[in-house]
Amino acid sequence: MTRVAVTVNGEQREAEVEPRQLLVYFLREGLGLTGTNVGCDTSSCGSCTVHVDDEAVKSCTMLAVQADGRRVTTIEGMAAGGQLHPMQEAFRRNHGLQCGYCTPGMVMAATSYLEENASPSETEVRQALEGNLCRCTGYQNIVKAVLDAASPERVGRAIGDAVNGPEGGA
Amino acid sequence: MIPAAFDYERAESVDHAIELLGSDEEAKILAGGHSLLPLMKLRLAQPSKLVDISRVDGLSEISDEADAMVIGALTRHHDVANSDVLQANCPIVAHTAGEIGDPAVRHVGTIGGSVAHADPASDLPTVLLALGATMVVRGPGGASREVGAGDFFKGLFEPDLAPDEVLVQIRVPRHTGGWSYLKFHRRAQDWALVGVAALAANGSGPTVALTNMGDRPLRASAVEHALGAGADPATAAQLAAEGTSPPSDAFGSAEYRRELSKVLVQRALEQAMA
Ligand SMILES: Cc1cc2nc3c(=O)[nH]c(=O)nc-3n(C[C@H](O)[C@H](O)[C@H](O)COP(=O)(O)OP(=O)(O)OC[C@H]3O[C@@H](n4cnc5c(N)ncnc54)[C@H](O)[C@@H]3O)c2cc1C
Ligand code: FES
Ligand code: FES
Repeated sequence: MTRVAVTVNGEQREAEVEPRQLLVYFLREGLGLTGTNVGCDTSSCGSCTVHVDDEAVKSCTMLAVQADGRRVTTIEGMAAGGQLHPMQEAFRRNHGLQCGYCTPGMVMAATSYLEENASPSETEVRQALEGNLCRCTGYQNIVKAVLDAASPERVGRAIGDAVNGPEGGA
Repeated sequence: MIPAAFDYERAESVDHAIELLGSDEEAKILAGGHSLLPLMKLRLAQPSKLVDISRVDGLSEISDEADAMVIGALTRHHDVANSDVLQANCPIVAHTAGEIGDPAVRHVGTIGGSVAHADPASDLPTVLLALGATMVVRGPGGASREVGAGDFFKGLFEPDLAPDEVLVQIRVPRHTGGWSYLKFHRRAQDWALVGVAALAANGSGPTVALTNMGDRPLRASAVEHALGAGADPATAAQLAAEGTSPPSDAFGSAEYRRELSKVLVQRALEQAMA
């Protein structure tokens, strides 16, 4: 067993883990943070995406010991003070989810990307999400949601209105 | 899928890693883990110990040393892709790193891991072969040696590395002339069915190297000779599959890959020589 200390969603968490424990199971089973999903378990689908030191990584392909001493953010850490994160809000406004299974990973991948490129084109958003699969194939609205979160004043309202009617569906 | 149990040690330095590797024959280096962990989950690899080198200082830098760009082995694909030094002095390397997997993969995977894994379907080894890059390897007793890319990739998953050696740097010659790396795949984040690196006038003449056309990255020597003898790209590209032994798999037969390589080599040459 190896001792790890990881800051998860702003809280310092310490635990004894087997070196072979994957980060995603440390989060889900060790800490009860089941918002991070496991889809493929083979680093292909992105549903397990979390942030490590603010960058998107696939937590099914990282060991908990690799995250020792680092900052991890999961979907549970996105909303603050009872307010959804602007990306979550944009997904809701644009109906960017159907069954919702891929959604935590999509939100984490998209927020990490906007940190790098604050006003991406549609093509850039699609490329940034290439490692995240949606089995419901709801890509149109996922891409709209990310563009909306990036710059609501530029495209957001217009797209939201077109998709959801004047009330924005919210 | 959970890997089989193993011991875990974090190396403080390259020499510490070498010492830890020397104490256990079945130990393996862990860098980003993005090639090794998938294999361990499938039990295709079962190391007794992982020696984590990811926190070793000084192996994640990219510097311009006049004759070569020096890339630390732990530099992540994301940082290679976004490096100003590489974009200015060797843009094919930065571009190709940005074509690997997807953003989350590029946040973790390292250039050293990609090279040391020696998967013939990997993109960067092909580019490093075309450029004539040099691998700097450190072993027990502080001994260092340098190996050219042409000798380093010995076969399928077979780098020129002893079990207690660490790849520390990759030295890449400056190349600002015409270049192209074309990667053909069915879905956005897939590996290359076939990849082609082409460099216009690199030293003697144009250089062409192939991804996933054999058990290691390969130079398309027949194409290079034909170009040297004055053939145009379209004619020379017909020789792309000479001396190759591409795999057959669910995504394409060997025959398909041979044909594909001709098309891609022509396009890559046209881009590089434009
Ligand atoms: C979903 C997915 C998609 C991918 N797509 C692509 C792709 O399209 N193209 C592509 O080229 N690659 C692709 N990769 C592989 C990716 O590039 C890996 O990051 C890389 O091959 C390995 O780097 P790593 O740092 O993760 O190495 P690790 O997995 O940690 O190590 C790989 C091997 O190299 C050894 N090793 C690592 N570093 C050193 C060192 N410094 N010295 C000696 N030995 C060392 C390890 O012991 C191990 O045997 C993909 C990976 C994933 C998970
Ligand atoms: S569960 Fe990690 S990428 Fe699919
Ligand atoms: S919403 Fe169902 S998988 Fe994406």
